[in-house]
Amino acid sequence: MTEERLIISRKTNNKFFLMIAIGVVLLIAGIIIAALSGGHQAEGHGEAAAAGHEAAHWSKRLYMNLWLNNVYFTGIALVGVFFVAVQYVAYAGWSVLIKRIPEAMGYYLPIGGAVMLITFLLGGHDIFHWTHDYLYNQFLEDGVTPNPQYDPIIAGKAPYLNFWFFLIRMVAYFVLWILFFNWLRRNSLNEDLNGGTNYYHKSIRISAMFLVVFGVTSSTSAWDWVLSIDTHWFSTMFGWYVFASWWVSGLAVITLAVIILKQNGYLKMVNANHLHDLGKFVFAFSIFWTYIWFSQFMLVWYANIPEESIYFIERLGGNGGHFKWIFFVNLLINFAFPFLVLMTRDAKRQMIMLKIVTIAILIGHWLDFYLMMMPGTLRTDAGIGFIEIGTTLIFLGVFLITFTKGLTKASLVPVNHPFLEESVHHHV
Amino acid sequence: MTKKFVLGIYDDEDVLLQAIENVRAAGTKIYEVFSPYPIHGIDDVLGIKRSRLPIVAFFCGLFGMSFALWMQIWMLGFDWPMIIGGKPHIALPAFIPVTFELTVLCSAFGMVITFFIVTKLKPSLKVNVFDKRSTDDKYVMAIEVKEGVTDISALNNLLRSNGAIEVNEKEVTK
Repeated sequence: MTEERLIISRKTNNKFFLMIAIGVVLLIAGIIIAALSGGHQAEGHGEAAAAGHEAAHWSKRLYMNLWLNNVYFTGIALVGVFFVAVQYVAYAGWSVLIKRIPEAMGYYLPIGGAVMLITFLLGGHDIFHWTHDYLYNQFLEDGVTPNPQYDPIIAGKAPYLNFWFFLIRMVAYFVLWILFFNWLRRNSLNEDLNGGTNYYHKSIRISAMFLVVFGVTSSTSAWDWVLSIDTHWFSTMFGWYVFASWWVSGLAVITLAVIILKQNGYLKMVNANHLHDLGKFVFAFSIFWTYIWFSQFMLVWYANIPEESIYFIERLGGNGGHFKWIFFVNLLINFAFPFLVLMTRDAKRQMIMLKIVTIAILIGHWLDFYLMMMPGTLRTDAGIGFIEIGTTLIFLGVFLITFTKGLTKASLVPVNHPFLEESVHHHV
Repeated sequence: MTKKFVLGIYDDEDVLLQAIENVRAAGTKIYEVFSPYPIHGIDDVLGIKRSRLPIVAFFCGLFGMSFALWMQIWMLGFDWPMIIGGKPHIALPAFIPVTFELTVLCSAFGMVITFFIVTKLKPSLKVNVFDKRSTDDKYVMAIEVKEGVTDISALNNLLRSNGAIEVNEKEVTK
């Protein structure tokens, strides 16, 4: 089998930088608009501002957007590593030709870790209600007067939700993920150079270990980074829910990347059969996401316990119905659309259909994360404007640069993979 | 009534696929090919049209969904309205699990039953086994000999020149 090297032209790279530049311009414009209108409001409603009803500061909105996009893109990068690990453990042959694509997605992880850490350290108070110290003191400083801001529910969660343990966990997740990513990647690249089946068997063992780590950390990181925003509320489905969202977005990125590379003349041996399998993955896990979404929703809806249903009230009629449209668009774009469009065999084998659906899913799951994070923090001040679009463009640009750079570092065809031949002749 | 078949026996999958193409290109109609296991790509070379079973599945699923929704809405909303858990009579989220199950059930059963009917698969079905070795390690290509044709040497040559290790004749009572 022949090597296939991806070359990212200066022109393409410039496009990515242009994307970042446009993002920065939009972000700055958005911040200026928000700062001006926010300041205006604070002047007009001096009393309301003093009572804590002022419009959210632009910095809070900025931190929320950094957090939202970083959680989204980190998840996609992590899913790349997860996908490779699953393929190894399942002894999968069909995916060998496209395996370098999910592999390269992992290159975003170090950046994701750095941004996550910085955003938490700078904007932790804006993102997470539980980071405020006053919630935990039962009495005021004199030790006698009860603290009106004391929150017994949050105080009860202190052994898990406290600054240092949170920080340690965050660092541990990224250290583990990056470690396993590098380990798998190194074996994969050495296999290209030296051949033999040793690297393959070793990769299976590494993947199995990673899956255990992933099984725990994907859930706990979802609790930490997304669920703890709504500090009082909890859902035992939440780890799965975030995983399902990440997983289907990651699959959409893999499929989209394969199609774009193919349309630019790369991945010559990938054919409709491989696309069919990727299409099945996207189709199946769109339904899986819906299944998890519904399992979470129905129990809360049916039991109708105030402390549980508040979560969905905030997203439906609450907050003045601010998030209602996203709530329904979320279901339409992430379930109904891929379900109906990708149902037939022909649709899964056609690039144009897959392209439309994967792009829709990527937008849809960005909205899904938006819906998980914004109602609990920005409330009615949340919007989708210059700040949101700008931040997303910046993250997308950075992700694409690291991802494509990762792709150029090795042959797109893993030349010495023992199942390469099987993948070339894959037929469904 | 008896029918006469010429059977080409093959022992290699790739030779068989090539032979099917050549035989069809020579204008000979292949009655059936028997193999111990499903062969990738054989549908294409035999020119078998794609199954329309998925369409059946879709409409059976649609029927199951409509039936389930109608049943629950009519029963709990009109025929015998009950308040359950303080929810409205017609509480759609509560109906979704049943709707889902009936969609899947009708879709699956519809497909299986349609498959049985279309392939005439039933307990009384009599299957002509042309050559028992097609259940072990050989591939058998059966070509029906047209009525009135007595000389089969042309077919014999065609099969042999395309890699058949044996060519047999068989008469089958229908």
